Amino acid sequence: MTSQEENFMRKIEADEKIEPKDWMPEAYRKNLIRQMSQHAHSEVIGMQPEGNWITRAPSLRRKVVLLSKVQDEAGHGLYLYSATETLGITRAELIAALQSGEAKYASIFNYPTLTWGDVGAIGWLVDGAAIVNQVSLQRTSYGPYSRGMIRICKEESFHQRQGYEALLALANGSPEQKQIAQDSLNRFYWPALMMFGPHDSESAHSAKSMEWKIKRETNDDLRQKFIDQTVPQIEVLGLEHPDKAIKWNEERGHYDSGEIDWDEFYSVINGNGHCNRQRVEHHIAAHDEGTWVRDAITAYNEKKNAKKAQNVA
Amino acid sequence: MNTEKLELFEVFIRSKRGLDHKHIGSLHAEDHEQALEYARDCYTRRSEGVSIWVVKSNDICSSQEDDAECFYDPSDDKPYRHATYYVLPDPVNNM
Repeated sequence: MTSQEENFMRKIEADEKIEPKDWMPEAYRKNLIRQMSQHAHSEVIGMQPEGNWITRAPSLRRKVVLLSKVQDEAGHGLYLYSATETLGITRAELIAALQSGEAKYASIFNYPTLTWGDVGAIGWLVDGAAIVNQVSLQRTSYGPYSRGMIRICKEESFHQRQGYEALLALANGSPEQKQIAQDSLNRFYWPALMMFGPHDSESAHSAKSMEWKIKRETNDDLRQKFIDQTVPQIEVLGLEHPDKAIKWNEERGHYDSGEIDWDEFYSVINGNGHCNRQRVEHHIAAHDEGTWVRDAITAYNEKKNAKKAQNVA
Repeated sequence: MNTEKLELFEVFIRSKRGLDHKHIGSLHAEDHEQALEYARDCYTRRSEGVSIWVVKSNDICSSQEDDAECFYDPSDDKPYRHATYYVLPDPVNNM
Protein backbone atom coordinates (compact mmCIF):
# COMPACT_ATOMS: atom_id res chain seq x y z
CA MET A 1 0.00 0.00 0.00
CA THR A 2 1.35 3.45 -0.86
CA SER A 3 1.30 6.18 1.77
CA GLN A 4 -1.59 7.83 -0.09
CA GLU A 5 -3.61 4.64 0.11
CA GLU A 6 -2.75 4.25 3.77
CA ASN A 7 -3.80 7.80 4.50
CA PHE A 8 -7.06 7.22 2.63
CA MET A 9 -7.84 3.99 4.51
CA ARG A 10 -6.96 5.61 7.83
CA LYS A 11 -9.62 8.28 7.18
CA ILE A 12 -12.17 5.67 6.16
CA GLU A 13 -11.49 3.59 9.26
CA ALA A 14 -11.67 6.64 11.54
CA ASP A 15 -15.07 7.54 10.00
CA GLU A 16 -13.66 10.75 8.62
CA LYS A 17 -15.19 12.07 5.40
CA ILE A 18 -13.35 12.05 2.09
CA GLU A 19 -13.55 15.47 0.44
CA PRO A 20 -13.36 16.31 -3.29
CA LYS A 21 -9.70 17.35 -3.40
CA ASP A 22 -8.42 14.47 -1.26
CA TRP A 23 -6.52 11.67 -2.91
CA MET A 24 -8.75 8.63 -3.48
CA PRO A 25 -8.34 5.29 -5.24
CA GLU A 26 -9.57 5.40 -8.83
CA ALA A 27 -12.00 2.55 -8.14
CA TYR A 28 -13.50 4.50 -5.20
CA ARG A 29 -14.07 7.48 -7.48
CA LYS A 30 -15.61 5.30 -10.20
CA ASN A 31 -17.82 3.44 -7.78
CA LEU A 32 -19.08 6.73 -6.36
CA ILE A 33 -19.75 8.24 -9.77
CA ARG A 34 -21.74 5.13 -10.69
CA GLN A 35 -23.82 5.11 -7.51
CA MET A 36 -24.34 8.87 -7.19
CA SER A 37 -25.21 9.46 -10.83
CA GLN A 38 -27.61 6.53 -10.76
CA HIS A 39 -29.18 8.16 -7.73
CA ALA A 40 -29.38 11.54 -9.51
CA HIS A 41 -30.91 9.99 -12.64
CA SER A 42 -33.51 8.25 -10.48
CA GLU A 43 -34.62 11.57 -8.99
CA VAL A 44 -35.01 13.07 -12.45
CA ILE A 45 -36.64 10.10 -14.22
CA GLY A 46 -38.85 9.63 -11.13
CA MET A 47 -40.63 12.85 -12.02
CA GLN A 48 -42.26 11.19 -15.02
CA PRO A 49 -44.59 8.57 -13.50
CA GLU A 50 -45.91 11.10 -10.98
CA GLY A 51 -45.96 14.02 -13.42
CA ASN A 52 -48.37 11.86 -15.38
CA TRP A 53 -51.05 12.63 -12.76
CA ILE A 54 -50.52 16.34 -12.04
CA THR A 55 -53.22 17.48 -14.45
CA ARG A 56 -55.61 14.80 -13.20
CA ALA A 57 -55.14 15.08 -9.44
CA PRO A 58 -58.52 14.67 -7.73
CA SER A 59 -58.48 18.05 -5.93
CA LEU A 60 -56.62 21.33 -5.98
CA ARG A 61 -54.95 20.42 -2.68
CA ARG A 62 -53.66 17.11 -4.04
CA LYS A 63 -52.51 18.93 -7.14
CA VAL A 64 -50.36 21.56 -5.39
CA VAL A 65 -48.92 18.86 -3.15
CA LEU A 66 -47.98 16.64 -6.08
CA LEU A 67 -46.57 19.58 -8.02
CA SER A 68 -44.44 20.52 -5.05
CA LYS A 69 -43.21 16.96 -4.60
CA VAL A 70 -42.21 16.66 -8.26
CA GLN A 71 -40.39 20.01 -8.02
CA ASP A 72 -38.51 18.63 -5.01
CA GLU A 73 -37.35 15.67 -7.08
CA ALA A 74 -35.89 18.04 -9.67
CA GLY A 75 -34.02 19.81 -6.87
CA HIS A 76 -32.78 16.51 -5.46
CA GLY A 77 -31.50 15.62 -8.91
CA LEU A 78 -29.56 18.88 -8.95
CA TYR A 79 -28.06 18.31 -5.46
CA LEU A 80 -26.85 14.89 -6.55
CA TYR A 81 -25.55 15.94 -9.98
CA SER A 82 -23.61 18.79 -8.36
CA ALA A 83 -22.17 16.44 -5.76
CA THR A 84 -21.21 13.94 -8.49
CA GLU A 85 -19.51 16.69 -10.49
CA THR A 86 -17.10 17.26 -7.59
CA LEU A 87 -15.59 13.90 -8.59
CA GLY A 88 -14.35 15.41 -11.85
CA ILE A 89 -17.06 14.43 -14.32
CA THR A 90 -19.21 16.95 -16.19
CA ARG A 91 -22.98 17.26 -16.16
CA ALA A 92 -23.00 16.77 -19.92
CA GLU A 93 -21.21 13.41 -19.59
CA LEU A 94 -23.64 12.28 -16.90
CA ILE A 95 -26.70 13.19 -18.97
CA ALA A 96 -25.23 11.55 -22.07
CA ALA A 97 -24.72 8.31 -20.12
CA LEU A 98 -28.35 8.37 -18.98
CA GLN A 99 -29.65 8.99 -22.47
CA SER A 100 -27.48 6.30 -24.08
CA GLY A 101 -28.58 3.74 -21.49
CA GLU A 102 -25.04 3.28 -20.22
CA ALA A 103 -26.06 4.62 -16.79
CA LYS A 104 -28.99 3.13 -14.90
CA TYR A 105 -31.74 4.62 -12.75
CA ALA A 106 -34.01 2.96 -10.19
CA SER A 107 -35.94 0.36 -12.17
CA ILE A 108 -39.13 1.09 -10.18
CA PHE A 109 -39.71 4.09 -12.44
CA ASN A 110 -40.15 1.77 -15.41
CA TYR A 111 -43.52 0.74 -14.01
CA PRO A 112 -46.54 2.73 -15.26
CA THR A 113 -48.84 4.81 -13.02
CA LEU A 114 -52.23 3.46 -14.08
CA THR A 115 -54.42 5.01 -11.38
CA TRP A 116 -54.41 7.87 -8.87
CA GLY A 117 -53.77 5.22 -6.23
CA ASP A 118 -50.36 4.63 -7.81
CA VAL A 119 -49.34 8.19 -6.98
CA GLY A 120 -50.15 7.48 -3.34
CA ALA A 121 -48.32 4.14 -3.47
CA ILE A 122 -45.22 5.75 -4.98
CA GLY A 123 -45.04 8.43 -2.28
CA TRP A 124 -45.60 5.93 0.50
CA LEU A 125 -43.66 2.87 -0.71
CA VAL A 126 -41.14 4.11 -3.26
CA ASP A 127 -40.14 7.25 -1.37
CA GLY A 128 -40.44 5.22 1.83
CA ALA A 129 -37.92 2.68 0.55
CA ALA A 130 -35.70 5.47 -0.76
CA ILE A 131 -35.73 7.14 2.67
CA VAL A 132 -34.60 3.92 4.40
CA ASN A 133 -31.68 3.79 2.00
CA GLN A 134 -30.92 7.51 2.19
CA VAL A 135 -31.00 7.71 5.98
CA SER A 136 -28.27 5.09 5.94
CA LEU A 137 -26.35 7.01 3.26
CA GLN A 138 -26.23 10.14 5.42
CA ARG A 139 -23.21 8.39 6.96
CA THR A 140 -21.54 7.60 3.62
CA SER A 141 -17.81 8.28 3.50
CA TYR A 142 -17.86 10.87 0.69
CA GLY A 143 -18.52 14.34 2.16
CA PRO A 144 -20.57 15.96 -0.64
CA TYR A 145 -22.75 12.83 -0.99
CA SER A 146 -23.33 12.68 2.75
CA ARG A 147 -24.31 16.36 2.95
CA GLY A 148 -26.64 15.96 -0.02
CA MET A 149 -28.33 12.99 1.66
CA ILE A 150 -28.85 14.93 4.87
CA ARG A 151 -30.57 17.72 2.97
CA ILE A 152 -32.65 15.33 0.89
CA CYS A 153 -33.82 13.33 3.91
CA LYS A 154 -35.00 16.54 5.57
CA GLU A 155 -37.21 17.29 2.60
CA GLU A 156 -38.29 13.79 1.79
CA SER A 157 -40.45 12.83 4.73
CA PHE A 158 -43.30 14.95 3.40
CA HIS A 159 -43.18 12.88 0.23
CA GLN A 160 -43.90 9.68 2.08
CA ARG A 161 -46.55 11.20 4.32
CA GLN A 162 -48.51 12.82 1.48
CA GLY A 163 -48.54 9.51 -0.39
CA TYR A 164 -49.76 7.56 2.60
CA GLU A 165 -52.41 10.20 3.30
CA ALA A 166 -53.69 9.98 -0.28
CA LEU A 167 -53.87 6.19 -0.06
CA LEU A 168 -55.58 6.37 3.34
CA ALA A 169 -58.29 8.56 1.81
CA LEU A 170 -58.84 5.94 -0.92
CA ALA A 171 -58.78 3.04 1.54
CA ASN A 172 -61.45 4.75 3.65
CA GLY A 173 -63.59 5.63 0.62
CA SER A 174 -66.10 3.61 -1.41
CA PRO A 175 -65.50 -0.11 -2.05
CA GLU A 176 -64.28 0.81 -5.54
CA GLN A 177 -61.83 3.34 -4.13
CA LYS A 178 -60.59 0.83 -1.58
CA GLN A 179 -60.04 -1.63 -4.42
CA ILE A 180 -57.94 1.00 -6.25
CA ALA A 181 -55.76 1.36 -3.14
CA GLN A 182 -55.37 -2.43 -2.81
CA ASP A 183 -54.47 -2.76 -6.48
CA SER A 184 -51.81 -0.04 -6.23
CA LEU A 185 -50.34 -1.68 -3.14
CA ASN A 186 -50.27 -5.05 -4.89
CA ARG A 187 -48.48 -3.69 -7.94
CA PHE A 188 -45.93 -1.45 -6.14
CA TYR A 189 -45.06 -3.53 -3.07
CA TRP A 190 -42.71 -6.03 -4.74
CA PRO A 191 -40.95 -3.52 -7.02
CA ALA A 192 -40.40 -1.35 -3.90
CA LEU A 193 -38.62 -4.30 -2.24
CA MET A 194 -36.49 -4.70 -5.36
CA MET A 195 -35.28 -1.11 -4.97
CA PHE A 196 -32.80 -2.30 -2.35
CA GLY A 197 -31.01 -4.29 -5.01
CA PRO A 198 -30.01 -7.96 -5.26
CA HIS A 199 -29.34 -10.14 -2.22
CA ASP A 200 -26.00 -9.36 -0.59
CA SER A 201 -24.64 -12.66 -1.89
CA GLU A 202 -25.45 -11.59 -5.48
CA SER A 203 -24.60 -7.91 -5.34
CA ALA A 204 -21.72 -6.98 -7.63
CA HIS A 205 -20.62 -3.79 -5.89
CA SER A 206 -21.59 -4.43 -2.27
CA ALA A 207 -18.43 -5.78 -0.67
CA LYS A 208 -16.09 -3.03 -1.84
CA SER A 209 -18.72 -0.34 -1.19
CA MET A 210 -19.08 -1.56 2.39
CA GLU A 211 -15.33 -1.67 2.92
CA TRP A 212 -14.99 1.90 1.69
CA LYS A 213 -18.09 2.92 3.67
CA ILE A 214 -19.80 4.25 0.57
CA LYS A 215 -22.64 2.00 1.70
CA ARG A 216 -23.13 1.65 5.45
CA GLU A 217 -25.70 -1.14 5.58
CA THR A 218 -26.26 -4.07 3.25
CA ASN A 219 -29.10 -4.40 0.75
CA ASP A 220 -30.75 -7.18 2.73
CA ASP A 221 -30.54 -5.36 6.09
CA LEU A 222 -32.08 -2.22 4.62
CA ARG A 223 -34.79 -4.25 2.89
CA GLN A 224 -35.63 -5.98 6.17
CA LYS A 225 -36.06 -2.57 7.86
CA PHE A 226 -38.49 -1.54 5.14
CA ILE A 227 -40.44 -4.82 5.32
CA ASP A 228 -40.76 -4.45 9.11
CA GLN A 229 -41.90 -0.83 9.06
CA THR A 230 -44.45 -1.43 6.29
CA VAL A 231 -46.48 -4.20 7.98
CA PRO A 232 -48.25 -1.97 10.54
CA GLN A 233 -48.74 0.72 7.89
CA ILE A 234 -50.66 -1.75 5.72
CA GLU A 235 -52.75 -2.75 8.75
CA VAL A 236 -53.74 0.87 9.43
CA LEU A 237 -54.87 1.19 5.82
CA GLY A 238 -57.03 -1.89 6.33
CA LEU A 239 -55.61 -3.50 3.21
CA GLU A 240 -54.41 -7.03 2.58
CA HIS A 241 -50.67 -7.64 2.66
CA PRO A 242 -49.47 -8.59 -0.84
CA ASP A 243 -46.94 -11.04 0.60
CA LYS A 244 -48.86 -14.09 1.81
CA ALA A 245 -45.73 -15.45 3.47
CA ILE A 246 -45.28 -12.45 5.78
CA LYS A 247 -44.95 -13.71 9.34
CA TRP A 248 -43.48 -12.34 12.58
CA ASN A 249 -40.39 -14.25 13.67
CA GLU A 250 -40.04 -13.88 17.43
CA GLU A 251 -36.54 -15.30 17.47
CA ARG A 252 -35.14 -12.94 14.84
CA GLY A 253 -37.22 -9.96 15.96
CA HIS A 254 -38.14 -9.40 12.31
CA TYR A 255 -40.80 -10.39 9.81
CA ASP A 256 -40.07 -13.36 7.58
CA SER A 257 -41.17 -12.76 4.03
CA GLY A 258 -41.67 -14.44 0.66
CA GLU A 259 -39.06 -14.50 -2.07
CA ILE A 260 -38.83 -11.70 -4.61
CA ASP A 261 -39.28 -12.50 -8.30
CA TRP A 262 -35.69 -11.83 -9.34
CA ASP A 263 -36.35 -12.73 -12.97
CA GLU A 264 -38.66 -9.73 -13.11
CA PHE A 265 -36.02 -7.55 -11.42
CA TYR A 266 -33.31 -8.40 -13.95
CA SER A 267 -35.71 -8.25 -16.88
CA VAL A 268 -36.77 -4.67 -15.97
CA ILE A 269 -33.17 -3.58 -15.32
CA ASN A 270 -32.18 -4.96 -18.71
CA GLY A 271 -34.69 -2.78 -20.47
CA ASN A 272 -37.82 -4.91 -20.65
CA GLY A 273 -40.03 -3.07 -18.16
CA HIS A 274 -43.28 -1.48 -19.30
CA CYS A 275 -41.86 2.01 -19.66
CA ASN A 276 -38.06 1.82 -20.08
CA ARG A 277 -38.03 3.17 -23.62
CA GLN A 278 -40.71 5.76 -22.96
CA ARG A 279 -38.83 7.19 -19.95
CA VAL A 280 -35.57 7.75 -21.80
CA GLU A 281 -37.27 8.95 -24.99
CA HIS A 282 -39.24 11.48 -22.96
CA HIS A 283 -36.06 12.70 -21.25
CA ILE A 284 -34.36 13.19 -24.61
CA ALA A 285 -37.40 14.97 -26.06
CA ALA A 286 -37.78 17.31 -23.07
CA HIS A 287 -34.08 18.04 -23.23
CA ASP A 288 -34.20 18.81 -26.96
CA GLU A 289 -37.26 20.99 -26.55
CA GLY A 290 -35.34 23.08 -24.02
CA THR A 291 -32.49 23.78 -26.43
CA TRP A 292 -33.87 27.19 -27.45
CA VAL A 293 -33.97 28.31 -23.82
CA ARG A 294 -30.33 27.41 -23.29
CA ASP A 295 -29.39 29.01 -26.61
CA ALA A 296 -31.27 32.18 -25.65
CA ILE A 297 -29.44 32.40 -22.33
CA THR A 298 -26.09 32.05 -24.08
CA ALA A 299 -27.00 34.60 -26.78
CA TYR A 300 -28.23 37.08 -24.18
CA ASN A 301 -25.05 36.73 -22.21
CA GLU A 302 -22.88 37.23 -25.30
CA LYS A 303 -24.85 40.37 -26.15
CA LYS A 304 -24.47 41.68 -22.61
CA ASN A 305 -20.73 41.03 -22.60
CA ALA A 306 -20.30 42.72 -25.99
CA LYS A 307 -22.14 45.77 -24.68
CA LYS A 308 -19.98 45.82 -21.58
CA ALA A 309 -16.82 45.61 -23.68
CA GLN A 310 -18.07 48.45 -25.86
CA ASN A 311 -18.78 50.66 -22.86
CA VAL A 312 -15.31 50.03 -21.48
CA ALA A 313 -13.76 50.91 -24.84
CA MET B 1 -26.89 19.38 -21.75
CA ASN B 2 -24.81 22.37 -22.66
CA THR B 3 -23.98 23.23 -19.09
CA GLU B 4 -20.36 23.26 -20.24
CA LYS B 5 -20.95 26.85 -21.35
CA LEU B 6 -22.39 27.69 -17.96
CA GLU B 7 -20.22 28.52 -15.01
CA LEU B 8 -20.28 26.63 -11.75
CA PHE B 9 -21.31 28.62 -8.67
CA GLU B 10 -21.13 27.70 -5.00
CA VAL B 11 -24.16 28.65 -2.94
CA PHE B 12 -24.10 29.89 0.65
CA ILE B 13 -27.21 30.56 2.72
CA ARG B 14 -27.76 32.51 5.95
CA SER B 15 -30.64 30.67 7.58
CA LYS B 16 -31.42 33.37 10.15
CA ARG B 17 -30.23 36.85 10.95
CA GLY B 18 -27.24 36.60 13.26
CA LEU B 19 -26.01 33.25 11.88
CA ASP B 20 -23.21 32.59 9.40
CA HIS B 21 -23.72 31.95 5.73
CA LYS B 22 -23.23 28.23 5.23
CA HIS B 23 -22.25 26.37 2.09
CA ILE B 24 -25.19 24.26 0.92
CA GLY B 25 -24.41 23.25 -2.66
CA SER B 26 -23.58 24.36 -6.14
CA LEU B 27 -25.25 24.99 -9.47
CA HIS B 28 -24.55 26.01 -13.06
CA ALA B 29 -25.64 29.46 -14.20
CA GLU B 30 -24.82 32.04 -16.83
CA ASP B 31 -24.03 34.87 -14.43
CA HIS B 32 -24.31 35.94 -10.80
CA GLU B 33 -27.83 37.27 -11.20
CA GLN B 34 -29.13 34.03 -12.63
CA ALA B 35 -27.22 31.98 -10.07
CA LEU B 36 -28.98 33.93 -7.31
CA GLU B 37 -32.39 33.25 -8.83
CA TYR B 38 -31.66 29.56 -9.32
CA ALA B 39 -30.37 29.31 -5.77
CA ARG B 40 -33.55 30.88 -4.47
CA ASP B 41 -35.70 28.50 -6.54
CA CYS B 42 -33.75 25.44 -5.53
CA TYR B 43 -32.39 25.92 -2.05
CA THR B 44 -34.94 28.14 -0.28
CA ARG B 45 -38.19 26.40 -1.14
CA ARG B 46 -39.11 26.10 2.53
CA SER B 47 -37.94 29.46 3.83
CA GLU B 48 -34.50 28.06 4.62
CA GLY B 49 -32.81 31.43 4.32
CA VAL B 50 -32.86 35.18 4.67
CA SER B 51 -29.79 35.82 2.55
CA ILE B 52 -27.98 34.03 -0.28
CA TRP B 53 -24.39 34.35 -1.49
CA VAL B 54 -23.25 32.93 -4.80
CA VAL B 55 -19.56 32.70 -5.66
CA LYS B 56 -17.94 31.43 -8.84
CA SER B 57 -16.30 28.12 -7.93
CA ASN B 58 -13.25 29.10 -9.96
CA ASP B 59 -12.77 32.16 -7.77
CA ILE B 60 -12.33 30.06 -4.66
CA CYS B 61 -8.74 29.54 -3.66
CA SER B 62 -8.44 26.60 -1.32
CA SER B 63 -5.66 25.27 0.87
CA GLN B 64 -4.52 21.78 -0.05
CA GLU B 65 -4.70 18.75 2.16
CA ASP B 66 -1.07 17.99 1.42
CA ASP B 67 -0.13 21.38 2.85
CA ALA B 68 -1.94 20.67 6.09
CA GLU B 69 1.26 20.07 8.05
CA CYS B 70 3.06 23.29 7.25
CA PHE B 71 -0.21 25.19 7.46
CA TYR B 72 -1.42 24.05 10.84
CA ASP B 73 1.46 22.39 12.69
CA PRO B 74 2.89 25.68 13.95
CA SER B 75 -0.08 26.07 16.31
CA ASP B 76 0.34 22.57 17.78
CA ASP B 77 3.14 23.65 20.12
CA LYS B 78 1.37 26.76 21.37
CA PRO B 79 -0.97 25.43 24.04
CA TYR B 80 -0.72 28.79 25.82
CA ARG B 81 -3.27 30.09 23.32
CA HIS B 82 -5.93 28.04 25.13
CA ALA B 83 -7.61 29.10 28.36
CA THR B 84 -7.19 25.64 29.86
CA TYR B 85 -3.38 26.09 29.82
CA TYR B 86 -3.53 28.38 32.85
CA VAL B 87 -3.91 26.77 36.25
CA LEU B 88 -5.79 28.89 38.75
CA PRO B 89 -6.88 28.15 42.33
CA ASP B 90 -10.31 26.51 42.60
CA PRO B 91 -12.19 29.47 44.13
CA VAL B 92 -11.44 31.58 41.04
CA ASN B 93 -11.28 28.80 38.46
CA ASN B 94 -14.57 29.71 36.77
CA MET B 95 -12.78 32.71 35.29
